[in-house]
Amino acid sequence: MSAVAVTAAEGRIGLRANLRHIGALVRRNALQIKADPQSMIDALLMPIVFTLLFVYVFGGSVGAFIGGGRDAYVNYVIPGLMAMMGLNVAMAVGTGMNEDFRKGVMDRFRTMPIARSSVLIAKIVVEMGRMLVATAILLGIGFLVGLEIKTSVLDLLAAVGLSMLFGASLMWIFILLGIAMKTAQAVQGIAMLVLMPLQFGSSIFTPTASMPGWLETFTEYNPLSNLADAARNLINGGPVAGSVWMTLGWAAAITVVTAPLAVARFRKKS
Amino acid sequence: MKRIDDDPRHGPPAVEVRGLVKHYGETKALDGVDLDVREGTVLGVLGPNGAGKTTLVRCLSTLVEPDAGTATVAGYDVLSQPRQLRRVIGLTGQYASVDEKLSGWENLYMIGRLLDLSRRDARRRADEMLERFSLTEAARRPAMQYSGGMRRRLDLAASMIGRPAVLYLDEPTTGLDPRTRNEVWDEVRSMVADGVTVLLTTQYMEEAEQLAHELTVIDRGRVIAGGRVDELKAKVGGRTLQLRPSDPAQLTAMAAAIAAAGLDGVVGARAVPEEGQLYVPILSDEQLTAVVGLLGAQGFSLAHIGTHLPSLDEVFLAITGEKSAHDRPGRHDAHEQYEEAAV
Repeated sequence: MSAVAVTAAEGRIGLRANLRHIGALVRRNALQIKADPQSMIDALLMPIVFTLLFVYVFGGSVGAFIGGGRDAYVNYVIPGLMAMMGLNVAMAVGTGMNEDFRKGVMDRFRTMPIARSSVLIAKIVVEMGRMLVATAILLGIGFLVGLEIKTSVLDLLAAVGLSMLFGASLMWIFILLGIAMKTAQAVQGIAMLVLMPLQFGSSIFTPTASMPGWLETFTEYNPLSNLADAARNLINGGPVAGSVWMTLGWAAAITVVTAPLAVARFRKKS
Repeated sequence: MKRIDDDPRHGPPAVEVRGLVKHYGETKALDGVDLDVREGTVLGVLGPNGAGKTTLVRCLSTLVEPDAGTATVAGYDVLSQPRQLRRVIGLTGQYASVDEKLSGWENLYMIGRLLDLSRRDARRRADEMLERFSLTEAARRPAMQYSGGMRRRLDLAASMIGRPAVLYLDEPTTGLDPRTRNEVWDEVRSMVADGVTVLLTTQYMEEAEQLAHELTVIDRGRVIAGGRVDELKAKVGGRTLQLRPSDPAQLTAMAAAIAAAGLDGVVGARAVPEEGQLYVPILSDEQLTAVVGLLGAQGFSLAHIGTHLPSLDEVFLAITGEKSAHDRPGRHDAHEQYEEAAV
């Protein structure tokens, strides 16, 4: 064995190899969905159920409040729901990750000469695909109930892109939770606990002006409000710079903090 | 303990472990383990559940970082060269480490791609491995629908895609029925014939005897014995001959007759009246024949004859002089299943 001169570089994984590995793992995650189409049901049905629920249950009264009735509320809530899709898909990533870990296949990946982050990145790529499908359905049902794009298709795409980007950053949080916690149920429990206040304590469903002062302050700093406002103003017209930058800032901050933690945790998990 | 290093028949060590320690809180999973696996041989690591076998394999496959000690595999250090090390190893665990939702073919293709094979080579290698492990017919079915034995074979195939120099088999037949277990053994033998170095952990003396060239017995994170299989067998008494006289009253007389005859190397015949059985440790077929012949010549009548390999408990009893203190459920059932197969 002494003839084998070992250099640190020999073990390094180049960018092209890394992309190839991510590709192979993306294929795996996509095939998993194909093998178990039921796992797509939430992504397919949730946008429909939420749209119908909010537009027809709250649409009349909240619409009257913002002026313009149910039709105005459609244009208010659909961009908000777009922001919410990311959160819901991200949450499922956490439980999925946790289940993956209780099977031996993760051990195999971690004993192979691939960057361990590629397993996580592949998961995120596929889940972003799931998000895209959910968002497309949301927009489809939105148009059916009267959504109007008051700006341009480009602005709409920008809104979609922004929610996808933010959703991807959220996935890192849930991946971290999924790796760190013992059971999928625990992940789900914690996720719900964080999810509900963030979701409802925001401008997603209703304008925040009528909320008590302390809650309004909370919603102002809630990144979901920023995202919902950004998407809303991109689609309906209005000042976007502030909320877009805030959202990008949040996405970057969340990713910078949680992605390395998740990868480190994944590396060390025994 | 006699070092295998002196044996000229084997090559240099492919796996070298020195003073490996891994503690989980109070639990000393590994408490200073030394062992060598010579290139092209099979080392059996024998021990009960919780002895540290799996932790050892996890350390050697870079899944767990040891607290102290060193380990090199094919010349690469587990701590400082994990990436290089991962290129030369294959791991088949106690639990099938394949993606159950994917088909057998897709699993193998994915692993080929992760090992930097081109698409075409990955396809070819997947087909080749399915053929070799007799899974061609099931290639397109999800692994979830495979039987236990098929899953284990797929797992082995997955480990072999990258032509590893060193293969870890962590209890490869635990939970398998005797027929499937034999299939897995055959696969392991054929891989060894191809020149792969194997570190095999097992709870079964029989499995170790079937597959391993050398044995290391571990308990509570420590090596308690080691050497060639025949050496260890001599130490623990090889097989046990089980005799049941037609007339239980003759048990003691039979034991006395064997002791009095002074057959070469036959010592320690033991009558167990509660079971109506006589147990005689034997090391060879000649001894077995001599004992039976002697009893026949002296006019004893036998209702039943059987032999069995020592159980893990008996191995421990022979090595340490004490029962292994591990009262672990599940172990006995599995062992009995094996004995049935051995009869």
